[in-house]
Amino acid sequence: MMLLAVLSGFLLAIIAPALHRLVGNYIGWLLALLPASLTAYFASLIPAIREGESLLIENQWMPGLEISLDFMVDGLSLVFALLISGIGTFILIYAGSYLKGHKDLGRFYVIMLSFMASMLGLVLSDNLVTIFVFWELTSITSYMLIGFNHEDAEARKCALQGLFVTAGGGLVLMAGLILLAFITGSYSLTEILASDLTIHEHGFYTAAVICILIGTFTKSAQVPFHFWLPNAMAAPTPVSAYLHSATMVKAGVYLMARLNSSMGEGLLWTYALVLFGAATMLTGAYLAFSSTGIKKVLAYSTVMALGTLTMLIGVGTELALTAFICVLVAHSLYKGALFMLAGALDHETGTKDITKMGGLWRSMPLTALIACLAALSLAGLPPLFGFVAKELLFESLLGSPLWSWGLLTAAVAAAVLIVGVAGLVSIKPFFGPTVSTPKQPHDAPFGMLVGPAVLSLIALAFGLAPFLPEAFLLNAAVSAVNGSAVQTYLALWHGVNIPLLLSGATLLTGLLLLAAWRRLQPTLCVINTAAGRFGPEAGYFRFMEGITQIASWQTRLLQNGVLGVYLLILVFVTFSLTGYTLLTRHGFHLSFDFSDSYFYEWGIALLIVAATVFASATRSRLGSVASVGVLGFGVALIFIHFSAPDLGITQLLVETLTVILLVLVLFKLPEFVNLSSPWERYRDLSVAVFAGVVMTLLMLAVLDIQYFDSISSYYIENSYGLAFGKNIVNVILVDFRALDTLGEIFVLALAAMGVYSMIKLKAEDQHKS
Amino acid sequence: MKSNTLILHTAALAIMPLQLMFSVFLLLRGHDEPGGGFIGGLVAASAFVLYAFAFGAEATLKILRVSPRDLLAAGLLFGLASTIPALWSGQAMLTAHWWELPLPGDSYLKLSTVLIFDVGVYLAVLGTLMTFVIGLMESEE
Repeated sequence: MMLLAVLSGFLLAIIAPALHRLVGNYIGWLLALLPASLTAYFASLIPAIREGESLLIENQWMPGLEISLDFMVDGLSLVFALLISGIGTFILIYAGSYLKGHKDLGRFYVIMLSFMASMLGLVLSDNLVTIFVFWELTSITSYMLIGFNHEDAEARKCALQGLFVTAGGGLVLMAGLILLAFITGSYSLTEILASDLTIHEHGFYTAAVICILIGTFTKSAQVPFHFWLPNAMAAPTPVSAYLHSATMVKAGVYLMARLNSSMGEGLLWTYALVLFGAATMLTGAYLAFSSTGIKKVLAYSTVMALGTLTMLIGVGTELALTAFICVLVAHSLYKGALFMLAGALDHETGTKDITKMGGLWRSMPLTALIACLAALSLAGLPPLFGFVAKELLFESLLGSPLWSWGLLTAAVAAAVLIVGVAGLVSIKPFFGPTVSTPKQPHDAPFGMLVGPAVLSLIALAFGLAPFLPEAFLLNAAVSAVNGSAVQTYLALWHGVNIPLLLSGATLLTGLLLLAAWRRLQPTLCVINTAAGRFGPEAGYFRFMEGITQIASWQTRLLQNGVLGVYLLILVFVTFSLTGYTLLTRHGFHLSFDFSDSYFYEWGIALLIVAATVFASATRSRLGSVASVGVLGFGVALIFIHFSAPDLGITQLLVETLTVILLVLVLFKLPEFVNLSSPWERYRDLSVAVFAGVVMTLLMLAVLDIQYFDSISSYYIENSYGLAFGKNIVNVILVDFRALDTLGEIFVLALAAMGVYSMIKLKAEDQHKS
Repeated sequence: MKSNTLILHTAALAIMPLQLMFSVFLLLRGHDEPGGGFIGGLVAASAFVLYAFAFGAEATLKILRVSPRDLLAAGLLFGLASTIPALWSGQAMLTAHWWELPLPGDSYLKLSTVLIFDVGVYLAVLGTLMTFVIGLMESEE
C-alpha cells in the first residue's frame, strides 16, 4: 500500500497527457483526486504513530547492494507527507486554472506529479541510497519546472543555475551519506537512528557533517547558496508555490531534522546550523524587504524561513524543536497561500511589481481578504498559527544554550523586516489609492482561490485551536527530531511575557519600516547592486566561467581534432601503464623458443611484417590500404593455422568489408600528403616501437607464466554439458559470456548511429551551402 | 554509385540469394560448427553490399524493405528479449532456456533463448554494416 502510495504519482504522470486531452480544462480537478486520497491515506496513519512509534514497511529492491525501497513512517515524515500531498492537492487544482489553455499543460502535470512522487519518496524512504535517488529526482524535476517556459532564455538560465547548485550539492550529499553509512555500518535510517553509537566521536564525523550540510544547504537555499531560489521564480507560479516554498526547498531541512538525533551531539553540527541558519534568516529577511517583485519578495522570505528552521534544529532544545515543527507547518500554510495569491494577482493584473499595484481590494475583494489572512500569519499576528509559531521561536531562543541573546536579537530583527514584508504583499497591492494595471483586474476564478482560502483557514483554525495540531501529530514529530519522547504544549495566549512584548515591539517597528519603504527603496537598491558584485551569485558565475575555461583548455589539448594525436596519447598511456605493471610485477624475461615452428609460420610472420613496414612507408594511399589488408589476411591465416576457424572466418569477412568501406570513402578523402615534420614522425615512430616492444614482452610473459588456471578447460568440459553446443567459441559468445556480447552489439549500434549522423549531418551541411 | 555492367548485374542476382541462404545456414549451425550470428551477419551484409554495388543504394533499400537502422534496433530488441525467460523465472540474467519441439519422425527441433540472442547479433551486425554502406553511398549521390 505504501509502495503504491509513493509511486502512484509516477504512474499517474505517465497517463496525465492522455487524460488532459480527454477531459480538457477539468484536468486539475481530476488529477487532484490522487493527492487528495493520498492525504486521506496518510491521515489514516496518524493514530498508529501518534504516540511516537514508527512504522517500517519493507520492500526489496537490490538486496545485494543493501538498497531497498523500505519506507519509514514516523511523526516527522508523516508531517512532511501530509504537507506534500495536502498542498499538492490544491496546487494541482490551482495550476489547472492558472495555466488554463496552455499548450504544454499535459507536460506540466507529468513533471509536477513526478515531482510529488519523488518528494514523497524522499521523506518516506528508510534507505540512504533511495533517499539520494529521490533527492536528485526532485532536483531534476525542479529543473524542468523552472525551465518550463523553455523558449525564454532567462528561464533556461535560471533552471540550469538551480540544477547546478542543487544537483551539485546532491553529489556532495551522496558522499556524506556514504560516509555516514560507513560510520554506522548501515544504510537503513531506522538502524542508524536506533544505534547507540557515538557518531560524533568517529574520525569521519567532521567530513560526513560537512558533506551532508553542503547538500542540505544547497537544497534549502542557505547562505551562501541562497541565490538560486529567487531565480527559480522564473517558473510558473504553481511551481514556485509548491516546490520553491512549501516542499522541495524543505527537503534539506527535512534531512537535517531527520539526522539531528544521531548527528546533533557534535559541536560542529550545532555551530554550523545555528550560524548559517541565523545568517540565512537575516539575509533572507533583508532581501525580501528590499525587493519589489512580489514573487521575489516571497522567495526571499522563504529563504528567511528556511534559515529560521535550520537555526532551530541547531539550537536543538525540546522547545526549539517544537518551534521548528510549528514554523515549518505555519510557513507551508501561509507561504503556499501567498504564492498562489501572488500568481492570481499577476494573472489578473498583468504585473508582478508591487509598486505598480494599489487599491485592488475594490476589484478583487475575495482575493484581498484571503491575502490579508495569510499575511497576518506571515507577520506572526494573532489569532493565526504564525503567531503561535513565532512566540515559540522567541521563547525557545530565550532558553537557547548557545548565544541566547544574540540569536534572539537576530530573530527579532528578521521578524521586524518580515512584518514589513507582510505589509508589502497585503497592504501595498490591495489598499491605498488605486493604481491602473496593465489588465482590468477582477477576482481570480474559483480554482485559483480555493487553495489559498483553505490553507489560510487551516492556519486560522490551528491558531484559534492550537490543541488541534498538538493532538494529531506534534508530539510524534518533535519526538522524531529529538530522538526521544517529548511532551509539547501549545497555546495562543501565554499571558504577558517577554515573547509577547517582543511581538508587540516587532509589529510597531515593522509598520514604521513599511511606511518608510518607498523612501528607503532607492537606497536599498543601490546597496544591493553594490553587494551583488561581490556576492555569492557573482562567485557562482566566476566558478562556471572557470569550468568552461578549463574545459576548453583541456579540449584543445586532448581533443584537438587531429586523430593522430588521439592515437598517440591513447597508445602511449595504455602501453606505459601496461609496461610499468609488467616490469614491476613480472620483471624482464626474454625467452624465445623457435624449436617447433614450421617454415610456413615464418612465411606468414614475414608477410605480416613486410605488410606493416610497407603500409607505414608507402606514399600511395591505395598501397597502404592494400597492405593493411594483406596484414589482416595474414592474421586470419594464423587463426586458421592454429585451428580457430571462427576467428579466421570473421577476420576474413571483416577485412573484405573494410576494403569495401574504404573504397566507398577513398574518393572523398583529401589528397594523401605528408603534413608532419621529421621530429613528429620520429616521435610517432618511437611510440609505435615502444608499443610493439611492450606487447611482445607481454605475450612472452603470458606464455611464460600462468598466474591462474586457464579457464579454457572449463569451457571445453562444460560447453556441451551445460550449454548444449559443440562450438566453444560460439557458446562463449552467446551463452557463457552473453552479457559481454549484448554490450558489444549495443556498442555496435552506438557506432552505427555515430557514423550515420556524421554522414547525414555533413550531407545536410553541404546541401545547405 | 551504380554499376552498369551486365556481368555484375547477373552475378549479383545469382550470388546474392546463395549468400543469404548461406548466412542463415551459418547462423543456425553456429552452435555446433563454425558460424554463428556474427559471421552470419557479416555474410548477409556482404550479400547486400554486392547488390548495392550492382544496383545502387535505393534499390537495395527497396529489397531490404526496412531501414538498416530498424534492423539494428530489431537486433537489439532480440538480444534483450532473450533475457526475459531467465528474468521471468528469477534466474541470473541471460541464463539459457531450451525447448525441444518434437517433429514428425524421430527428430526434434531444438529452440532456445541462445538462438534468439544469436539472431539478435545477426541483425545488429547486418544493420550496422548496412547503415555504414547505405549511408556512405547515399552521401555520394
